[in-house]
Amino acid sequence: MASNILIVIFVTSLATYLSRFLGVVSSEKIKETSKMFRWFNCLAYSTLAALIARIVIFPLGSLAEVDLSVRIFVVSLCIIIFFLTKKNLVYPTIFSAIILSLITSFV
Amino acid sequence: MISTKYFLKGFSAIKGVGSPAIALGASFIAIGALLKNLGFTIQQSIFSTFLTYALPGSLVMAESMLIGASLINIFLAVWLVNARLYPMTVALMPLLMHQDQPRWKYYLSCHFIAVSSWLIMKDNYENIEKENRIDFWIGIGVATWSVAIFSTIIGYVASDFFNKDILIGLAIINPIYFICMMVGAMKTFQISLSVILGATLGPIFYFLSAEWCILFGGFTAGTIAFLIGEKNGQ
Repeated sequence: MASNILIVIFVTSLATYLSRFLGVVSSEKIKETSKMFRWFNCLAYSTLAALIARIVIFPLGSLAEVDLSVRIFVVSLCIIIFFLTKKNLVYPTIFSAIILSLITSFV
Repeated sequence: MISTKYFLKGFSAIKGVGSPAIALGASFIAIGALLKNLGFTIQQSIFSTFLTYALPGSLVMAESMLIGASLINIFLAVWLVNARLYPMTVALMPLLMHQDQPRWKYYLSCHFIAVSSWLIMKDNYENIEKENRIDFWIGIGVATWSVAIFSTIIGYVASDFFNKDILIGLAIINPIYFICMMVGAMKTFQISLSVILGATLGPIFYFLSAEWCILFGGFTAGTIAFLIGEKNGQ
């Protein structure tokens, strides 16, 4: 089992580094002022947004045990806190964990 | 080789009100606890974060091991969920490229590309001269990577003290941090449209394919936003 875990870790990191490596190879030929660069910039932000939306709406792991309406509620509340605290990132993140732990332990 | 001044400047960019350290730490504490429950030793857990350093990839690895997936399937599942790193790298590295800097810096430091480090770099690069950006980036990368590795150890050691409610609380921190950072990054019309369309199309495409929804949804959303933005003069 021990050697299995090591192989799985290697396979996981290889699959991850591959995209980063190919990204640098492509970057050699792309100028930051080009249309191509702007397109990839859009793709990067949209793919990130898609990933985050997926984590919130169709989560893997322990978040899946919380009802969707509770997840949406906590997310909305934290975005409001983010704006109220003049875009401070520390308050909404800490607050989200506390409120969600409280909701799940009392409901 | 690497300018200490810019390295330290980058390293300390993770402090302050925009700090990702808490969000990053919380996520990797959860990963440390998860890996312990999967039967990893502490060395293997550290090794995993050290080599992979991409949260969704580690989660998928853990899920795949639980269902006993084959190595090929683990490779494909991780590659799919982490393929977002490709457009992220292409949207970052051209900003850091400079002819006087050696190539190895780019190929080694691309390992540090993850959502938090990427968003911090995107937020700060304009304040650094192009020549020094790669050293600044290596500073950010080493700092966020160290937080991740250190938190994996804490999570592994402390996992016996975590109940289900605490683990759920830890799991929400990362998406909340990412959402707030994305909302903060919506400064141009094209980027705002990319974020909004991506967040809408990603979950919609989930009904077509759970595995491909991030790539298909992200690609479609980003391309539409790019075309509309170009038409309107960005």
